[in-house]
Amino acid sequence: MMKWLHIMASSAWFYRFSGQAIPWLMSAFIVLLLIGLYGGLVTAPADYQQGDAFRIIYIHVPAAWMSLFIYCVMAMYAVIALVWRIKLAEVLLISSAPIGAAFTFLALVTGSLWGKPMWGTWWSWDARLTSELLLLFLYWGVMGLYAAIEDKRTASKAVSVLTLVGVVNIPIIHYSVSWWNTLHQGPSITMTDKPTMPMEMLMPLLVMAVAFKIFYGLSLLIRARAELVEREPQSRWLKAVIEENNDE
Amino acid sequence: MNSTLQSLYFLAIRECLTAFRNRHEALSPLIFFSLVCVLFPLGVGASADLLRTIAPGIIWVAALLAILMSLGTLFRHEYEQGTLELMVLSEHPLIVLVVIKLVAYWLITALPLIVVAPFMAYGLGLTADAQGVLLLTLLLGTPVLILVGAIASTLTLVIPQNGMLLALLVLPLYVPVLIFATSAVNTVMMGGSAAGALYILAALCVLSVTLSPLAIVAALKIGVSQ
Amino acid sequence: MSEFIYMGGYSFYIWSSYSLALIILVLNILGPSLKHKKSVQQASDIHLLNGMKSDES
Repeated sequence: MMKWLHIMASSAWFYRFSGQAIPWLMSAFIVLLLIGLYGGLVTAPADYQQGDAFRIIYIHVPAAWMSLFIYCVMAMYAVIALVWRIKLAEVLLISSAPIGAAFTFLALVTGSLWGKPMWGTWWSWDARLTSELLLLFLYWGVMGLYAAIEDKRTASKAVSVLTLVGVVNIPIIHYSVSWWNTLHQGPSITMTDKPTMPMEMLMPLLVMAVAFKIFYGLSLLIRARAELVEREPQSRWLKAVIEENNDE
Repeated sequence: MNSTLQSLYFLAIRECLTAFRNRHEALSPLIFFSLVCVLFPLGVGASADLLRTIAPGIIWVAALLAILMSLGTLFRHEYEQGTLELMVLSEHPLIVLVVIKLVAYWLITALPLIVVAPFMAYGLGLTADAQGVLLLTLLLGTPVLILVGAIASTLTLVIPQNGMLLALLVLPLYVPVLIFATSAVNTVMMGGSAAGALYILAALCVLSVTLSPLAIVAALKIGVSQ
Repeated sequence: MSEFIYMGGYSFYIWSSYSLALIILVLNILGPSLKHKKSVQQASDIHLLNGMKSDES
């Protein structure tokens, strides 16, 4: 087990593995995305109260789920990076941040685009919207702090500490909808109860959620490869890869 | 253990002496706080009802900004003069040194704000019970602001112009404190009980008091190992 | 078909959301891919220079 973990943590193995995995992830993502889009835009019936506008849910909710999910994953990487000092964890951590920021931004903007026709306002300072905005600032803070420190290992350590400190925000976002009466609607999909949405409406949502997760993996691997190359330009495994490329 | 207590005592005295000798720098949070509280009534017009409604927000935002502005220099002098490395490498546990420094910092920076706040609150038209709750929120909330801000301040220690980044980093963690504190005072002004919000503030205070020093120590070690 | 695009009057909101999502997804693949190519190119230049240096000495 430990030997396996050590192999997985090596840059050479990861670079090769990710190179092979990326095409698979790309195909899986495209297929699921098309299924989800078809289901969301065509098959799902229009909502009784909201008409077709509710279709934004198929972008907004998966994006919001991803914004929280990615931060939790980053927190895991941060723990691994700080406790076991594994370089790959540092690389994965900083590669995830821009993706998380992108999803948070997407969730916020689609939320506004949904809010304007439905509830009459582009923005409100209620608990969920505000804490999601703060999550975006957290992601930007992580990216900014990493960029501002010259030495990459010091930068990674600082960013890991920051990520863990900011983890407090995640339960606040998740439970804010239940704790306060807000403009944002209550939770309709939980892990334990039956969902309150009919299946034709729910399925595309779940498909999009999985599609976005696969996208995260895809983008993460591409970014992580780029970061690894930047960090270790003179390493032996990279020389081998370059020579392989030159031979082709 | 005895020598550790002695060093703590000397460290605390040194902090207070330094603050006394740089009086203008140590007083600037207080001056900023007072300025904001005085300028707001002039800016929004002296309507008593309006002022009373926004008073908790004004006082809390002013206190928050005052603390935020001075946090950038928390360990800056030690870092530049090299005494920070001495602190990290000393035989005394770093976490205790950090706690003493933060306590001294709270006494120098936040306590004057808390002493002056009632006067500002009176000037903005807050009733007596609301003032009491306001003081309580400041007592509970300013340690959180300082402790959490200290984490961000030490993380950005190695960056020369860290003001904007520092603000960006602490904002997500400051906002809950701000919301609960002002919510407590607003609830009391509307006739309800502030107990719920105060309990949450107290929980945040306890959480930051116990966990922040660990993060600050980690950040200091990162900064020194540069 | 036009009814599909019209989306019950909400066409601006729905299509802006979906196009923004698409743009963000595409950028998050293209951007890193280009950056990766550039990094590998830079690394292979360094490799080349090192190779030339050791040939000289």
